[in-house]
Amino acid sequence: MIRPHRHQPLWWAFALHRLSGLALAVFLPLHFLVLGSALNGEAVFDGVLAWSDFGLVKLAEMGLVFLLALHLLGGLRLLALEFLPWRDGQATLAAVAGSASAVIAFAFLFNAI
Amino acid sequence: MGADGGNLSVRIWKGGAGGRLIEFEAPQRANQTVLDVVTWVQRHRDPGLAYRFACRVGMCGSCAMTVNGKPRWTCRTHVAKVAQDSRLTIEPLRNLPIVKDLACDMTVFFEKWRDARGRFEGRATRYDDIECIAPETPARQAVDAGIECINCAVCYAACDVVAWKPDYLGPAALNRVWTLQNDTRDAAQAERLAAVAGEAGCHNCHSQQGCTTHCPMSLNPTASIAGLKRAVFMAALRGEV
Ligand code: SF4
Ligand code: SF4
Ligand code: FES
Repeated sequence: MIRPHRHQPLWWAFALHRLSGLALAVFLPLHFLVLGSALNGEAVFDGVLAWSDFGLVKLAEMGLVFLLALHLLGGLRLLALEFLPWRDGQATLAAVAGSASAVIAFAFLFNAI
Repeated sequence: MGADGGNLSVRIWKGGAGGRLIEFEAPQRANQTVLDVVTWVQRHRDPGLAYRFACRVGMCGSCAMTVNGKPRWTCRTHVAKVAQDSRLTIEPLRNLPIVKDLACDMTVFFEKWRDARGRFEGRATRYDDIECIAPETPARQAVDAGIECINCAVCYAACDVVAWKPDYLGPAALNRVWTLQNDTRDAAQAERLAAVAGEAGCHNCHSQQGCTTHCPMSLNPTASIAGLKRAVFMAALRGEV
């Protein structure tokens, strides 16, 4: 259960940043495994790429793009918060980062299908 | 809600860390604060109930408790604003040891102010003239933004990092330090920056703004801590910390 003192948008921004970071740490090695298969010859790489044509895999890739964008944009917000003079409206900025990530992820999906 | 009449169902923490919530009924009134309810229960139902307050007008910072899961100053928190279906759950603040019932031990909280060097250390003597500080300078404005702290520990109770890492100096002490680092009369700024640059210092903060969300004085400890992080960073570039 999310304890009541955490019911505020920037706690969610924090939690999503953590979770997206962890998820990336788990999935990026898989991604590199696929890229690495190119080293084992064209046929193997093509085989893997063909497999990635499946709808489910496309969806998973979209999720990965979403996580990457979320972690990147959220991270930029935090860097700006820590290194630039303070600006109010951090919750709005976090919401913008989240929405922009969703837009990027959908753009990726439509591009891919 | 808001008019006299009806009853509140109030669950109040009794005992120490291993205590439990006890249910009381208290009359509901218009313009009633959470502190009024606690006082009513202590006067009419449970004379042994321990809690702390002094000014009752939001100045002394001694009445903070956890109300329906959130840290609040109870003397300025209206029941009508926080009760859910006429129900209140009142517990001591998080992140501090419980003395008894609703009173917690603030020792660690104040020790951290001391460890962070949260004390003004002037260089002038009584024979010097009073230093003029122009109100519109950025440093003076930074002091203004953080100076009205009432030491209530609401931010400290709201901070998850304090819960995860008990050594962390916490938002109130660091906010205090930021006001002193911007005080042009202070003579110990290098030492103070070193005191908040270490293991327990400002870099622990995750910028979630739990402190800022709950601070009853509408201060922004997160912004103060971000200022300290920048100051430590610049000092590190110069090889000073
Ligand atoms: S912003 Fe920093 S000090 Fe404030 S509650 Fe969050 S972690 Fe604690
Ligand atoms: S910063 Fe705000 S919440 Fe924290 S002790 Fe001061 S007044 Fe209370
Ligand atoms: S009793 Fe003084 S601030 Fe609440």
